[in-house]
Amino acid sequence: MKLPPVFVHAAVLIGAALVAAYASAAELPDAQRQRELTHMVRQDCGSCHGLTLAGGLGPALTAEALAGKPADSLAATIYAGRPGTPMPPFRGIVSETEVAWIVQQLLRGFPPDGGAAARAN
Amino acid sequence: MSSASKIQPVPAADACRAACARLAPLALWGLLLPAIVLLLSACSTVAPPAAVRGTGDLGVVIERADGRVKIVETSGRSVLASVQGLGDLSHASVVFSRDGRYAYVFGRDGGLTKVDLLTASIVGRVVQGGNSIGGAISQDGRIVVAQNYEPGGIKAFNADTLELIADVPASYGSEGKRSKVVGLADLPGNRFIYSLFEAGEIRITDFSDPGKPVTQSFAAGKQPYDALVTPDGRYYIAGLFGEDGLALLDLWQPEKGSRRILSGYGRGEQPLPVFKMPHLRGWAVAGGRAYLPAIGRHEVLVVDMTTWQEVGRIPVKSQPVFVMARPDGREVWVNFAFPDNGWVQVVDTLSQKITTTLQPGRAILHMEFTPRGEEVWLSARDDNRVMVYDTQSHQKRTQFDAASPSGIFFTSRAARMGF
Repeated sequence: MKLPPVFVHAAVLIGAALVAAYASAAELPDAQRQRELTHMVRQDCGSCHGLTLAGGLGPALTAEALAGKPADSLAATIYAGRPGTPMPPFRGIVSETEVAWIVQQLLRGFPPDGGAAARAN
Repeated sequence: MSSASKIQPVPAADACRAACARLAPLALWGLLLPAIVLLLSACSTVAPPAAVRGTGDLGVVIERADGRVKIVETSGRSVLASVQGLGDLSHASVVFSRDGRYAYVFGRDGGLTKVDLLTASIVGRVVQGGNSIGGAISQDGRIVVAQNYEPGGIKAFNADTLELIADVPASYGSEGKRSKVVGLADLPGNRFIYSLFEAGEIRITDFSDPGKPVTQSFAAGKQPYDALVTPDGRYYIAGLFGEDGLALLDLWQPEKGSRRILSGYGRGEQPLPVFKMPHLRGWAVAGGRAYLPAIGRHEVLVVDMTTWQEVGRIPVKSQPVFVMARPDGREVWVNFAFPDNGWVQVVDTLSQKITTTLQPGRAILHMEFTPRGEEVWLSARDDNRVMVYDTQSHQKRTQFDAASPSGIFFTSRAARMGF
């Protein structure tokens, strides 16, 4: 039996949408990783940007300070660093998806630190 | 109150019967009353009177996320008290009064808090800047100076009262811009030396007439990030982020100007990422040599202090942050930047080799030697504890809990120049 072309198109589209939805869900950092990333941003990015992200040697990263800045340029700064300044590239430490999540949180107002991950042992 | 009006009056006879039945006979009161008086007076002596003690073995541990410090003592390795209400301590540093009684705590939020270590209380606090990273105390102990990122400059305060004495902006260029101030240290004669991150300058401000500070400038180089003064107060060395090398100023002959040392130590190679700026203040001078963290290289640079030539470099685990000599100079302890901040390495200064590699805990942010160096205290931020290591055996002696600990500062700093 031959399916009508419109059915094939619909099936392919729905399938593609499902795959995309599944892929993006899989790439979003899980709860444990979000906690690690939050701790890292507050504590270790905080050594230059301040625990409250109000700035230090590096600029302030509060939602007000970042308002109007495009997300992709913020992501590029985190991922690749900013040559000529002390901002180092975090590639190798965080994935591009994780950077996107961090930028999203920064623009919303970064969540409080839930502490370091529980000890493995 | 409406409820009070609902109480029914009790006839006098009934009231006496009820009360008299509950009261003890008069004879018994004769015994009870003196006993109660005796017990109460005993109670008042149970509370310990402020014990007389020295301050030479005291210190503070910064609990960075809670705006609190723990007061500790190194003889019995114990926590004596906690003092809270110190603001944002995410980059806190401490200097001590010359009698070792008061700690001046500089917070990230510009707060300067004077803590009495003996009574465990805050005796003074001012919020003196918008964004601050540390301070220093004058040779005579009368002036405390804070170094500020925002607004860029230094401010001098009366060490007794914390009253502002002078505000010295780190202005540069023709447009009135202000630079972040780094690498502040005290010099003999109530002078203070510091570096300007954006302006690339070293400045000395003389407070010998406190109300009328006089400032001199010297070229530093590109992006000085921190600096140190040698223990004798003769040399000031500023680390440079923006170039391969360090700036050196001979403070006995400042008219000769600054010069570059260890120029090109990166050998033209691509620098590795620096996830935390090294700290030079815990200077490492041992046996006529200075041990300095390289920037963007996983090395400790060794420089001869008579010729100022490089005499070695020691490969280490990661980007060094603190490179600190044990007080006798026989060992240098090194900790590292994120993400390798769980490691500590010990260098033997005779062989210039690493003798011990330790993993004391997660996120080792700071190390402080006891005054004579038999122990070193390490803060493990992510394990919420402070550990005490024996510096002969390199074994852990004890540990105690502290919330997100960062800097550890002992009162022996009070007697050292550049601390």
